[in-house]
Amino acid sequence: MNKSKRVVITGIGVIAPNAVGIEEFSKALYDQKSGITFNEEQKELNFGSAIGGTPNIPPSYKEGRMPPLLNRMLDNDGVVYGILAGTDAWIDAGLSIDKDHLDIDSGIIFGAGALSMAPFIGPKLEHINVGNVRKLGSKTIVQSMNSGAGAFLNGIIGFGNRVMSNSSACSTGTEALVLGYEHIQQGRAKRMLCGSSEASGKYIWGAFDAMRVLCRDSNDNPTFGSRPMSSTSSGFVPGAGGGALVIETLEEAEKRGARIYAEILGGEVNSGGQRDGGTMTIPNSQAVQKCITSAIDQSGVNPSDIDLISGHLTSTMADPIEIRNWVEALDLNKENLPYINATKSLIGHCIAAAGSIELVGCILQMRDSFIHGTLNSDELHPDILETVPREKIPVKTIEKNVDIIAKANFGFGDVNSCVILKKWEN
Amino acid sequence: MKEELIDIIEPYVPEKELLSNLTEETTLIDDLQINSANIVDIVLDVEEQYDIVIDDDSIVKMNTIGSALEVITEKINEK
Repeated sequence: MNKSKRVVITGIGVIAPNAVGIEEFSKALYDQKSGITFNEEQKELNFGSAIGGTPNIPPSYKEGRMPPLLNRMLDNDGVVYGILAGTDAWIDAGLSIDKDHLDIDSGIIFGAGALSMAPFIGPKLEHINVGNVRKLGSKTIVQSMNSGAGAFLNGIIGFGNRVMSNSSACSTGTEALVLGYEHIQQGRAKRMLCGSSEASGKYIWGAFDAMRVLCRDSNDNPTFGSRPMSSTSSGFVPGAGGGALVIETLEEAEKRGARIYAEILGGEVNSGGQRDGGTMTIPNSQAVQKCITSAIDQSGVNPSDIDLISGHLTSTMADPIEIRNWVEALDLNKENLPYINATKSLIGHCIAAAGSIELVGCILQMRDSFIHGTLNSDELHPDILETVPREKIPVKTIEKNVDIIAKANFGFGDVNSCVILKKWEN
Repeated sequence: MKEELIDIIEPYVPEKELLSNLTEETTLIDDLQINSANIVDIVLDVEEQYDIVIDDDSIVKMNTIGSALEVITEKINEK
């Protein structure tokens, strides 16, 4: 394939519940540091689940990266996470930020799930309800629109190509990467910033708590709550943050001497239509498998070449079904299965930001040659133990060269995304 | 009060050098290059600082440093 069609990853940025910035994040993954804490607010508001993962951003981190006026005025954390992750990725890619230059070859696709349900909105709605509309100021709507983070990143970086926002629930982040990849492959842009973000807090998490899908049994032991693939998984732990990746044509990356992390070999986004067993909240298994096999087929790799599956794996009853779907899609003998890990064991489920944060985690594991252990996976679900050798789901981090990763996320609405990444050897 | 007003508008001025040599006639949007969308934010900050309410007709008058100070004084006196 010619170099203007091959797409590589040249920059990454992350704001995660257990780390801020890529170096801290790599270390946190390696050390299996959990970002899940007990939250008094949730307990006081009678949530069943009183735990969650919220990034802890030092003020100095923001001051160094955000223009002072934005730093002062932006009070939607979901937007701030996106801005920080996005600009970090851009700078990590070795690209400059020039306030007078419009970059017509670069675009952005930056998603969110429920951006306007961030905690900042509560007081604003109150002002409206008591007839005090003016109090909203000029920054309420631009932080509420789902395209908000992308719009602010546009002002900072100056994209002249497409500026888009996608939204596909838990599939948003990986979908953003696939959509950006396809846009570049079509020859319509040379570079895309692909990412997503989600805020923390009582409104979004409350809505999940009401569905009884959150983990309620670990309020006294927060870091145990998120236990993907465990025999005792009882619901996911909500998280928040932002992740971003700079992707560009191989030609462009080589032309400017960029450091390349990995190549995107293939990707797929599909849906189960909420048919054949699929519902709003439970994936259609056939469609999941089709998404995976399609991504693998496009990539040209052999399933046996995959070193690591970075699953969606949320710490719910869906986990054993997901594992079964992976195993059937890969169609390998048990001993040839790749390693499997679940980043959500450390950061919880960051909703629309999940895919982006987890993708950055994949790149870091490639870069630093390790597979992070899945926290709380000591007691695997029996269904999983039947089909996957125990050692393929490491409890503790192992050091290993990671060449090819299959990453997937599956979202509410019965929507799927999967991408195949290959480490770049310089 | 002029000092206080300058402190309030300072974060919204894109280039801080524009704040040197201010006169009563300095315009907020043209001379100081404050984004017109931020005028409402400045008004909110002013209202909070002086515990006053500035009605829409008065906001429209606040296009220079001098006229802004006049409006603020008027609203304080009306209290």
